[in-house]
Amino acid sequence: MKKFGIKGTNKSIKSNMITYLMVVAVYIIVQFIIATGSMSSLMQGLLVPLCIYSIVAIGLNLCVGYLGELSLGHAGFMCVGAFSSAFFTKYMLDSGMNETVRFILAIIIGTLVAAFFGFLIGIPVLRLRGDYLAIVTLAFGEIIKNVINVLYIGKDSTGLHFSIKDSASLNLEEEGTLIINGAKGIIGTPRQSTFTVGVILILISLVVVFHLVNSRTGRAIMAIRDNRIAAESVGINITKYKLMAFSISAAIAGAGGALYAHNLSTLTAQPANFGYNMSIMILVFVVLGGMGSFRGSIIAAVILTMLPEMLRGLADYRMLIYAIVLIAMMLFNWAPKSIEWRQRHSIKGMFQKKTKEVQ
Amino acid sequence: MSFISYLVNGISLGSIYAIIALGYTMVYGIAKMLNFAHGDVIMIGCYIVFTMMSGLEMNSLTSILLAIAGCTILGVVIEKIAYKPLRKASPLAVLITAIGVSYLLQNLALIIYGADTKSFSSVVEMEPIKLADGQLTISGVTIVAVVICIVIMIALMTFIKKSKSGQAMLAVSEDKDAAQLMGVNVNKTISMTFAIGSGLAAIAGVLLCSAYPTLTPYTGSMPGIKAFTAAVFGGIGSIPGAFIGGILLGIIEILGRAYISSQLSDAIVFTVLIIVLLVKPTGILGKPIHEKV
Amino acid sequence: MAILEVKNLGISFGGLRAVDSFEVTIKKGQLYGLIGPNGAGKTTVFNMLTGVYKPDDGTIKLDGVDLVGKSTMDINKEGIARTFQNIRLFKDQTVLDNVKIGLHNQYQYSTLTGILRLPKYRKIEKEMNEKAEELLKVFDLEDKKDYLASNLPYGAQRKLEIARALATNPKLLLLDEPAAGMNPNETKELMDTIRFVRDEFDMTILLIEHDMKLVSGICEELTVLNFGQVLSQGKTSDVLNDPEVIKAYLGE
Repeated sequence: MKKFGIKGTNKSIKSNMITYLMVVAVYIIVQFIIATGSMSSLMQGLLVPLCIYSIVAIGLNLCVGYLGELSLGHAGFMCVGAFSSAFFTKYMLDSGMNETVRFILAIIIGTLVAAFFGFLIGIPVLRLRGDYLAIVTLAFGEIIKNVINVLYIGKDSTGLHFSIKDSASLNLEEEGTLIINGAKGIIGTPRQSTFTVGVILILISLVVVFHLVNSRTGRAIMAIRDNRIAAESVGINITKYKLMAFSISAAIAGAGGALYAHNLSTLTAQPANFGYNMSIMILVFVVLGGMGSFRGSIIAAVILTMLPEMLRGLADYRMLIYAIVLIAMMLFNWAPKSIEWRQRHSIKGMFQKKTKEVQ
Repeated sequence: MSFISYLVNGISLGSIYAIIALGYTMVYGIAKMLNFAHGDVIMIGCYIVFTMMSGLEMNSLTSILLAIAGCTILGVVIEKIAYKPLRKASPLAVLITAIGVSYLLQNLALIIYGADTKSFSSVVEMEPIKLADGQLTISGVTIVAVVICIVIMIALMTFIKKSKSGQAMLAVSEDKDAAQLMGVNVNKTISMTFAIGSGLAAIAGVLLCSAYPTLTPYTGSMPGIKAFTAAVFGGIGSIPGAFIGGILLGIIEILGRAYISSQLSDAIVFTVLIIVLLVKPTGILGKPIHEKV
Repeated sequence: MAILEVKNLGISFGGLRAVDSFEVTIKKGQLYGLIGPNGAGKTTVFNMLTGVYKPDDGTIKLDGVDLVGKSTMDINKEGIARTFQNIRLFKDQTVLDNVKIGLHNQYQYSTLTGILRLPKYRKIEKEMNEKAEELLKVFDLEDKKDYLASNLPYGAQRKLEIARALATNPKLLLLDEPAAGMNPNETKELMDTIRFVRDEFDMTILLIEHDMKLVSGICEELTVLNFGQVLSQGKTSDVLNDPEVIKAYLGE
């Protein structure tokens, strides 16, 4: 019997510890570099986005690697998380609430609202499979973005006012404030997202997904992925666990969105930040890091974002390189001929199909 | 009168969707995969015509023929390099690879042509027709699009019914393994499907850019996804279904833009997709699929 | 006492009557065989019993509870577990986890308990591990518990499937060609295991099998299906000597 077929509980615990340590170590190193003043402001500006991408990639990996369904709508969940959290922050801006408490609540709200949307969208979507599921999640993501762009919400002494026409039809009192201004989005959210907050959120996301996949629920989710018919035959509630995985995955993307919203003073829903191209970029991180490997997702998100910035000449070719590497990785990892070739030459380690192990 | 003019615009846009949808539906029916890059082949076709006409000052017909040839070759090459090795792999792997190809084409175009919008000059030089004392104008592109769409559909249906290659396509779409055993060259048939689909994409691209004369590396992606919606709407795998789905979707989009909200027109189209998939996943003319236990 | 009572069960696929007026009564603790030529509708019967297909007519009663119209999941909860002709394991998971997935409804804690790793999580996981290892021991798989299921040899995969089905604590166990692809030694071992399972777990077992040695060796009663209809039914020795059955198997 081949040795690499063994997957023990101890091994996965060890692997999880390595991932936590990796994140913490990088955090300490970065803080050190900042303290010595040798980090360019450009790089410093990238720190929070790196955390955002890592978090959303962790969320998407739960959906793709463990549930086995391709979602192209995670930018939509990010969008929901971003707008709901920024809305809360703007709404509470003059309430005198402690800033830190307000920020924590905003992140929680962004996460919960995204989870709720994941649940709502999951009910119809998860009845579908494969290509159809992917395209419908894409459709929902685009719908979310579209709807937010025509949404106007304002607040005055009489309460909240909604409209989907324009800001004038809100009929706000004179001292009322406009919170969401259609395509102009939310302006003036305090920039509270920091690298530290981002790293804490990465760690929390990791704890959630690691604990989830090593629990009864996680096993049920993976059973559905591996063999739906067998899972049903041992009494697993397919709908319930699919929805659970999808909602948690959406919730994590929502947390990433909340971080995004508080990293910019102007939040708008554009194709560039919340369109399906963003979903695809996150998917690239997940695939290149290895489907099923959360550590891989983080590493891929960080390297693929940093590298082009460090090698300035490459910046123009960044996306092109992503695309080529993505195709090459897929062919190398999944083509039956390539799998056969690798087994003959027993290439293991980083090129092994990562779905098999929890890292 | 404005309603009729919206309707005509809808049919025009719908004809273009239908031509794109034919490519999706054939590939889905025969290779059983969602060719996510199909929309981007359209965009490449447009850039070929743009380069030939604006850069090299060729006439429009030569440019279009070159674009069709270019896209046909591109489609076959993509299939050979990216999809063929994965024919027995999981559908998820194939879909992600197709997304990778889409990404690749967009970024190639981005590097060659830049992100700025190119204005595309219409290749249709027909005078618009004025009806009802000039209250209703039907543009040349509209007429050409509808006519080309109908011609293509009839030609395709005849090809599949009458020719040997067409019959081979039908056989492969029914059962790949059985077709192989019966002596059908499955690889060649799938290649040909991609060739036809991509050639049609070039035609659709030229029409699309003639009707909406702006060209960016992302021009193809949204119409591509909408045309997939049309193919699903009509029943994936069905050629008349792609036609019906395309026309209906075009009309829904234009009417939605006119009477509901112009900002929400994409959302309306996608809502149609979601409703169709949930209520009748096989579409208007599609066949149900069973899973064997 | 009858644990399974099937009456007048029938299903058609696109005009073709795959199974017609199928009837069977299985007593508690019985080892019952369902045999017949290829394409006779045996697996279709299993698929109807487990809710994969919804029968067009007839009733299925397990311990007096009508199962027709229930989902596969609910039928498992009522007490029917099965294995598959073409093995359906959770390939990318360990042998131990495969059985623990079978234990899913026997040992419960909420998702939140799992994520927060509350004391209840540790306690129940420990119980699950013990129970799963106990089951694996029955099938001589306990030393392979950390292997991925896909890396087990064929015979062991079939045994793991039975262990997983047993983990759901069924009243009736359906085995679909458990000896398929096994050599005579493995088959003999499997016969002992099936008998042991019946005695040890007080289980009722209905199995589909082509290996006549296995069928005549362990089944107490048989039903023979041919072209979707019951050809013969009764004590194993009587059925196997039925001229109709011999004709169906050997041809004219």
